[in-house]
Amino acid sequence: MKLIYEQSVAGRPGVKLPAADVPRAADLPAGLLRDEPAGLPEVSELDVVRHYTNLSRRNFSVDTNFYPLGSCTMKYNAKVLENAAGLFSPYHPMTALLPTGERFSQGSLGMLHELGRWLAEITGMDEVTTQPLAGAHGEMTGIMLIAAYHKAKGNRKKYVVVPDSSHGTNPASAAMVGYEIITVPTAPYGDMDLELFRQAMNDEVAAVMMTCPNTLGLFNPHIREIADIAHAHDALMYYDGANLNAILGKVRPGDVGFDVIHVNLHKTFGTPHGGGGPGSGPVGVKTSLVPFLPMPRIVKKDDDSYALETDRPASIGRTANFFGNFGVMVKAFAYMAMLGREGLIQVSEQAVLNANYIMSQLKDYYDLPYDQTCMHECVFSAGKQLRHGVHAIDIAKYLIDRGYHPPTVYFPLIVKDAIMIEPTETESKATMDAFIAVMREAAAAAEKDPEALHTAPVSMPVSRLDETKAAREQNVCHMKW
Amino acid sequence: MSDSHYCPNTPDEIREMLAAIGVASVEELFAPIPAELRASSFDLPEGMSEFELFQRMQSLAGQNAQGMTNFIGGGYYDHIIPAVVDHLSGRAEFYTAYTPYQPECSQGTLQALFEYQTAICRLTGMEVANASLYDGATALAEAAMMALRVTNRNRLVMDGGVSPFTRQVVRTYLDNLDVEIVEIAPQQGGTDRAALLAALDDQTAAVLVQNPNFFGTLDDLTGLADAAHAKGALLVASVYPISLGLVQSPGAMGADIVVGDGQSLGNPLSFGGPSFGFIATTKKYIRNLPGRIIGETVDKEGRRGFVLTLQAREQHIKRHKATSNICSNQSLCALRGLIFLASIGKQGFAELARLNHDKAEFAKSTLAAINGVTVVNRGATFNEFTLALPKNADEVVAKLLQSHTAAGVPLAAYYPGMENCLVVTVTEKRTKDEILALARELERAL
Repeated sequence: MKLIYEQSVAGRPGVKLPAADVPRAADLPAGLLRDEPAGLPEVSELDVVRHYTNLSRRNFSVDTNFYPLGSCTMKYNAKVLENAAGLFSPYHPMTALLPTGERFSQGSLGMLHELGRWLAEITGMDEVTTQPLAGAHGEMTGIMLIAAYHKAKGNRKKYVVVPDSSHGTNPASAAMVGYEIITVPTAPYGDMDLELFRQAMNDEVAAVMMTCPNTLGLFNPHIREIADIAHAHDALMYYDGANLNAILGKVRPGDVGFDVIHVNLHKTFGTPHGGGGPGSGPVGVKTSLVPFLPMPRIVKKDDDSYALETDRPASIGRTANFFGNFGVMVKAFAYMAMLGREGLIQVSEQAVLNANYIMSQLKDYYDLPYDQTCMHECVFSAGKQLRHGVHAIDIAKYLIDRGYHPPTVYFPLIVKDAIMIEPTETESKATMDAFIAVMREAAAAAEKDPEALHTAPVSMPVSRLDETKAAREQNVCHMKW
Repeated sequence: MSDSHYCPNTPDEIREMLAAIGVASVEELFAPIPAELRASSFDLPEGMSEFELFQRMQSLAGQNAQGMTNFIGGGYYDHIIPAVVDHLSGRAEFYTAYTPYQPECSQGTLQALFEYQTAICRLTGMEVANASLYDGATALAEAAMMALRVTNRNRLVMDGGVSPFTRQVVRTYLDNLDVEIVEIAPQQGGTDRAALLAALDDQTAAVLVQNPNFFGTLDDLTGLADAAHAKGALLVASVYPISLGLVQSPGAMGADIVVGDGQSLGNPLSFGGPSFGFIATTKKYIRNLPGRIIGETVDKEGRRGFVLTLQAREQHIKRHKATSNICSNQSLCALRGLIFLASIGKQGFAELARLNHDKAEFAKSTLAAINGVTVVNRGATFNEFTLALPKNADEVVAKLLQSHTAAGVPLAAYYPGMENCLVVTVTEKRTKDEILALARELERAL
């Protein structure tokens, strides 16, 4: 398809603007005045509508295709959540920060406060900040809180410990806050090796970052012991909430020894992923970390009204300008309110049931490096298929031709040619059965006709793309005007 | 399994699945979790229907003050949003997709983000842009860290005209790293250029400025860019994108890294988020950019297509050695920005900026005509300006709020000594009548 810029015709007008009901002002001084208008497209409203409607049709999405992308929790996004968020679109965040302004923002502040309370209950934490704008941003905020805790206690800390199965954001977030990383390998039982962990721990470790269930979809039964070892060194336990959707109502990280958690609202609490964002990454902490939470804090007063607290001398400051990705939080709040206690427990139960069902139906066809009951996702390896020269990526491309968004491939890094499948609780048995049949066909095709897998996909607007050329030429902006 | 919200399987299907797995109950699947680790509490309200939910949300939104007339900005701006923006970004193929890791079935998102990167480059006068960051404040913090990497230095000079919230974000981001941040106090709503130049030294990685600044003042950054470059430092400019329809691009003024908040491009106020941050730079620094970048390429048949490129900078590959920890970005908000710009168009965007400027200048002269009110800014301003009132601005703002006029942002909380000062914002949405009504209310309150 042509770029929108390639459809531009000089002089074609766009959307009509509000009337100029004031006199024209004097021009800006020459050094400040733009010499020529920016090269934006000159297209009609219909051109815009047709272009982006047709572009949208070149995407797979949850609403059009089964999307079992492991680790990303591509569940159905309820339509009423979009309507709910729209109700809050006219409210300016600065209003609440004006003198007496809280009084004029009680609905927004009340929603944030209630959401924080619910998240604290779900995770077993004492207080929550809604400011972090995404999961990784929450991780960074959480590690900053841990750094502030150690600084206040006079602890000299240098390291953050992560298992080798962790998300790449864990070590990257810790490094952003100035820590060095110690990586602990995974044991044959599918989680961080307890003995190697014990050996790696020392008094200079600031925090241990865990994902539980981990990125293999497995729950670590030693988690309490790990927390005890960490705490003995005054290291804090960080819970990466990416997989919280597996344990709602079953386990609360705060109950089992974790001190800090971030929650990806766009995963567990059903807000859409938007083609890569916006997400939202509230952070929950235990009492010992509350003084360091970012400003402003929303507090409930004795008269049940909500106010902002800005005088917090020990606070790490701000990790974003205002209150976080508010619109995303409205959707998550509405999701929780609608599902309620029982509905949220059911989310985890059905997600775990669906993942185990798919695992049981495919384990005769694909290698299962860690063959045990999984939580919300299962991780296969394309080991059998590799013998025929077929990689996980080839299976992924075959699935595209069959109308399925592929599972996550090549992650976690500790599994060779990983195929990570997360169906989520919103998929029916019928959908999964159809997917299972196609996955079995792919396994058969890998033996009989590997070449067909290497050339897939053939049904999309483009076939496999030359990524080396893209990296070499670095053409990231259409410069022809 | 009753009362299911979006869990479609029937009791019969669940039984069949359990049998296929070889367990007797769903609870058995949770057996790997020892009993002593089980949740001690899960005290949440009962669920409700979609209809009841919407009523509750309406009631909650209704507890905010209705019909506020906004003369406040402070980083978030009340601009028009053409209807096409909601409708097209509301296409589920865009908003229920994930990051385009599989390019063949994600060309919609990928091409749109390539067009977005192009729009950001053209607005800012830069050569390369990424596919968005979280917001304008974190974009400035990321730009500061990028400048530290590029120059391998550890000192930043930050102008006090940068939003006080954003300065706090930058300080928080860098607090645990070995970095010195020198802040230059503003003078009469503008940069103290002499003090800023005097603060530059051979260890300075970058000068961080905001244009227009928090007071609304515009600055020709050309001389500053030259001075920074002479010391081997970069100029990082945070800009308000709507101003770029009228104001010279930061690229043309010599900036090395340009950032800003994209909220004003087609994203609603929504109590402060989500919006998106943009970052653009020159080709030579592309490998130091944080976040996702879309690149153009071809497929096996030579057809044009788009992919995520230069991923070796990113956390999922480089882990702790990545240029940033950022994973998800604000893709959908960036798409809204692109559709906003495409639907307003080249001439429309210039006119929009002009309209903001004309209305703000009209408001400035009208309000400055009130007895005892003066304009603080020395130079030109863009759609925001700072007034000195004859009394405490906090009191005046609180008084006008009672009639649902948000008259401006008083500066007492952010700039000691400016207790009587007020930053007033006027966008294209404010009418002449609203501006005259503000003048009458302000006069009465003084």
